[in-house]
Amino acid sequence: MNTREISTGHPAPLLSVRGLRKYFPVKSERFFAPRLMVQAVDDVSFSIEAGETLGIVGESGCGKSTTARLLMRLIAPDAGEVDFAGRPVLTEDGLSLRDLRRNMQMVFQDSYASLNPRLAVQDSIAFGPRAHGVPGPKATAKARELLSLVGLDPDQFGRRYPHELSGGQRQRVNVARALALDPRLVILDEAVSALDKSIEAQVLNLLMDLKARLQLTYLFISHDLNVVQYISDHVLVMYLGKAVEVGSVEDIYHRPRHPYTQALLASRPTMDPEVKLERSPLTGDPPNPINPPPGCRFRTRCAFAEDVCGRVEPALTSCGATGHAVACHMHIPDSSHSRRQ
Amino acid sequence: MNAPEAQRITLKFDALTPAPGAMEVPVGVMLPRTYWQTVGVRLARDPYTAACAFILLAIAGAAVLAPWLGLPDPAATNAAQRLLPVGSSGHLLGTDELGRDMLSRLIHGGRLSLTMGVLPVAVALAIGGTLGLVAGFIGGRTNMLVMRLTDVLYAFPSILLAVAIAGSLGAGVGNALLAITIVFIPPITRVTESVTTQVRAMDFVEAARASGAGAFRIIRTHILGNVMGPVFVYATVLVSVSILISAGLSFIGLGASPPTAEWGLMLNTLRESIFLAPLNAVLPGFMIFITSMCFNLISDGLRSAMDVRL
Repeated sequence: MNTREISTGHPAPLLSVRGLRKYFPVKSERFFAPRLMVQAVDDVSFSIEAGETLGIVGESGCGKSTTARLLMRLIAPDAGEVDFAGRPVLTEDGLSLRDLRRNMQMVFQDSYASLNPRLAVQDSIAFGPRAHGVPGPKATAKARELLSLVGLDPDQFGRRYPHELSGGQRQRVNVARALALDPRLVILDEAVSALDKSIEAQVLNLLMDLKARLQLTYLFISHDLNVVQYISDHVLVMYLGKAVEVGSVEDIYHRPRHPYTQALLASRPTMDPEVKLERSPLTGDPPNPINPPPGCRFRTRCAFAEDVCGRVEPALTSCGATGHAVACHMHIPDSSHSRRQ
Repeated sequence: MNAPEAQRITLKFDALTPAPGAMEVPVGVMLPRTYWQTVGVRLARDPYTAACAFILLAIAGAAVLAPWLGLPDPAATNAAQRLLPVGSSGHLLGTDELGRDMLSRLIHGGRLSLTMGVLPVAVALAIGGTLGLVAGFIGGRTNMLVMRLTDVLYAFPSILLAVAIAGSLGAGVGNALLAITIVFIPPITRVTESVTTQVRAMDFVEAARASGAGAFRIIRTHILGNVMGPVFVYATVLVSVSILISAGLSFIGLGASPPTAEWGLMLNTLRESIFLAPLNAVLPGFMIFITSMCFNLISDGLRSAMDVRL
């Protein structure tokens, strides 16, 4: 269907992000109070190879969605460089915003709010191509083609309004809309989180099917560890705006190094009713992102926290397998942590 | 690379079932209407709105066709036949204090009164609607500037402001129209701005921006349709307010001047005869009441008909 070639041999990653940062100012209570900032995304770097799926996991408020919106440039980052297919984004001779958005699309979590209630779904899908100069009838034909691609009969569903569709059907429409510009990278921001489990599985399979057929690359954001394991090739674990661990699915799920990743995985309910969680692997809430603790941000909830964790912020350091990196003093070779490995 | 193949649930595109009941209807019949067609159908099924629309259409139709209805001259006075009671022969609704036929004057009066009701709202809708749309969509400092400016006008009670403007411009229908228009711009701007701000924050506008579309296209396709409904409902309410204000202006001598037939003015001149012929004196007020109530009820009907999710 789509004959876009994935460069082999010496591939530059499709998306490469370095030092992405976004602080949101908080309304201060007093007029002359010092300006407080929520450190939503702080110095996050990662890259995605063409054709793979990178999963981003983390608790609510850890900066997953902000990262997605920064990449789409729906909000402007404070710092950071983004390269798309080897070309810098939004620099002098780099990729323009319009080009970026044609190549990178996003599916939002709320399937209802992300569709215009006054527009028939095929018109919603056709909106993107029309904005890029495709004449009306051709854009509508494309929209109907996409509807059948995502498993909805265009004759039956094309002229319906969002409220006339079920959640799963609406999310399929959103996927079709994201594909309407033939993007190479699709950001799925909690795209299946609001769906019933059975529908979620259907949509996930649809996503994997589309990925193979259209040679797509996914950035899959979710708080659901099982779903991320199912769909991802690589996983990035975020905590309070920081990347704490990154690696292949195998590494993250079977050989997690960071205490936070370990705790997250331990908190998953098992399918075996005999196995019971004795105690909660992780207690308390993440600290306030307005005043994150100095040093390692996880140390307030970490069982292995020591002096060094409060003094020095651990950098993301590669460990073991290729591509597996972790930001923890226990895995930084020259740190003064007593459990250093 | 991916999860084991065994985990995969067989994907059946055809297995998706449409909403219950949708299957039985032949495709040609259920091809859904556009949004406004749906609203129209729902409006027509609402008996109160339909009745009000009928009454309004009757009043407006009679007003428009007044010169061809064979009515007596609304300005022809007859000193011998002053204040004939309602139901007199030749004067179905009696006569006023100068012996002019009440029925003819009420129908002719509708021309000016309805114009005074609709025109200022329409003009204010065009100006205030645009201002609110721009302020709401751009946000930030532009929004602040536009909204604070409208707040200045908003600070005065609407009748007082209309009286002040009309008073300083001088009496006359044109000035009254202008005054009422100015009075209505701030509230329409405010309502449009608040709805636009709400709509702009929704995910589908975000998605539209993510598709790389320009601001104008986003406003036209995604914002306007969602903002128009609530603003239109609000404007319908304002029509009745406009009729009342213009009647008020005429009543205190700032709007239409005698011998023009206009409901507010008629109310004013008949006021002195209220003890001699109470029914005649109340008739123009009754027309104002019926018309504004119809506009209010239609506005209510519109509001519920436009909520397609109900």
